[in-house]
Amino acid sequence: MSMTEFQAVTQTNLRAGLRHRSARAFRSGKDAARYWILLVLIMGVGLLAAAGLIFYNNPVPVDSPSFIPVVQRRLVAVGAMFVAALCHSFATVAFQSVTSNRIITPSLLGYEALYSFIHTGTMYFFGAGALVSFTGIGAFSLQVALMVIMSLILYGWLLAGKYGNLHLTLLVGIIIGTGLNSVSGFMRRLLAPSEFDLLQSRLIGSVTNANAEYFPIAIPLTVATVLCLYAFARRLNVLSLGRDVATTLGVKFQASIIYTLVLVAVLMSITTSLVGPLTFFGFLVAMLSYQAAPTYDHRYIFPMAFAIGFSILTTAYFLLYHVLSISTAVSVIIELFGGLIFLTVILRKRSL
Amino acid sequence: MISIRNAKKNYAGEVRIGPLNIDIPKAGITSLIGPNGAGKSTTLLMIGRLLRMDEGQITVANMDVAKTKSEDLAKILTILRQENHFVTRLTVRQLVGFGRFPYSKGRLTKEDEAIISKYIDFFQLTDLEHRYLDELSGGQRQRAYVAMVLCQETEYVLLDEPLNNLDIARSVQMMEHLRRAADEFGKTFVLVMHDINFAAKYSDRICAMKNGRVAAFGTVEEIMKPELLTDIFETKIDIIQGPYGPISIY
Repeated sequence: MSMTEFQAVTQTNLRAGLRHRSARAFRSGKDAARYWILLVLIMGVGLLAAAGLIFYNNPVPVDSPSFIPVVQRRLVAVGAMFVAALCHSFATVAFQSVTSNRIITPSLLGYEALYSFIHTGTMYFFGAGALVSFTGIGAFSLQVALMVIMSLILYGWLLAGKYGNLHLTLLVGIIIGTGLNSVSGFMRRLLAPSEFDLLQSRLIGSVTNANAEYFPIAIPLTVATVLCLYAFARRLNVLSLGRDVATTLGVKFQASIIYTLVLVAVLMSITTSLVGPLTFFGFLVAMLSYQAAPTYDHRYIFPMAFAIGFSILTTAYFLLYHVLSISTAVSVIIELFGGLIFLTVILRKRSL
Repeated sequence: MISIRNAKKNYAGEVRIGPLNIDIPKAGITSLIGPNGAGKSTTLLMIGRLLRMDEGQITVANMDVAKTKSEDLAKILTILRQENHFVTRLTVRQLVGFGRFPYSKGRLTKEDEAIISKYIDFFQLTDLEHRYLDELSGGQRQRAYVAMVLCQETEYVLLDEPLNNLDIARSVQMMEHLRRAADEFGKTFVLVMHDINFAAKYSDRICAMKNGRVAAFGTVEEIMKPELLTDIFETKIDIIQGPYGPISIY
């Protein structure tokens, strides 16, 4: 092939490349490449930090018989991070899409308020002994069931009715959340200081709260729910265009929204029961994943959100435990950064 | 044919639309005109099943819009409202591609891509097809949305004020596009129009509404009468014969 022929062929190929006409998830090959590189990098950091959390600075040598138990204990924490990241990332992204609003999080619907109400109520009415023994599969299932039932009643009543209105539902969710918070705040005031202290450690989210007993239920349930949401991704793409366009395209808006919100409720209840409330974490993760995944397509946003969530949790815990040697609850730090980013987004975008 | 029987919608208080009785024939462009609050958009939304009527029945191609599955209706009729919430990071081509959702459920085939290209070219959006929606002007975005609903390839297309946000040149272009789509693809358009002259020039039929009822329905010549329009809009309107048909002066 002569040089000119070669150039001619290259030219044709180039033009064909420019003329590639397809409505793929990414605007260009460059965007797609950037997405995959970022995804692999972020996941890599997350896995590295997770490995670090499991093996780094192990006080006992590898050949010691107590090596395995130590690793097992640390695995529980990493497992909790995995579940929390999966729940928060999928729940927040799906929730923001069906509500067509990128500054609200499912925490607004009052799950965390209900969680703290259940725990404060247990302490207030039945005493410290009851709170300490309020663990185990039964208590966990009860909490998840209560939270899902609450959201089903709320959505079923407010969304499916004649005046089905998402914003009204959110408003009622916020009011119920605030109400429950005030009631539990009042009960907390009447507790003895020692009881209060015990309760407080429950109410601040932490993976060290996680109880490995829950895993046989929590992990399969989370994975199944997440798979349901992922299978629903193509419909979520349409739902994010808003009620009217979605209806025009033949998607049953009301039914799809209730389906999505119930899945979100299951995820939020699992994570809240497992590691406690993490109000801004989901928001932080969703916000960052929209930046890292330049597409509207949920099939790509979801994995990115999970990778980011998992990396944030594992890296934060690794840094705080092993580098800075601070064992303060990491959630406080995450909430701080999440809150700051929340404010920045609102101030920068001005209009929502 | 779109046939509306005794359709009623009651808003809070005294405001009520209907009862409406009208048969809009197949093919061609029908424009709904009338003063604000006459019920033009309400009628359009009820036909497009975006708004539930309180009484009555509407059928499109013999399918009851209240009872037919939304999924099946999406292959017969499409509707576009004035304001649309738009997603960031969504390109024009991806938006138009959503028009294929009723058929491919999000898994675009080669044929889908060809149809998408056809409508993008038809609306002269070819150079913009890889732009994000938030990088477009209001008028370009409007064209992209209209391209999306046409890409749905339904027989019936309902548009609520398609000329909203468009300057004169773009308005003329949009109406030419719709006229061509009606003539070449044999589609049935129902448009809510504010500009009587645009409606008169490009429509086959005009439906004039007032106080929640159909005041008059007929061909352009039948509706473009000074007494009729003066009565409907409660403003003095004269009609002169222009080079392309009747023109209203107000």
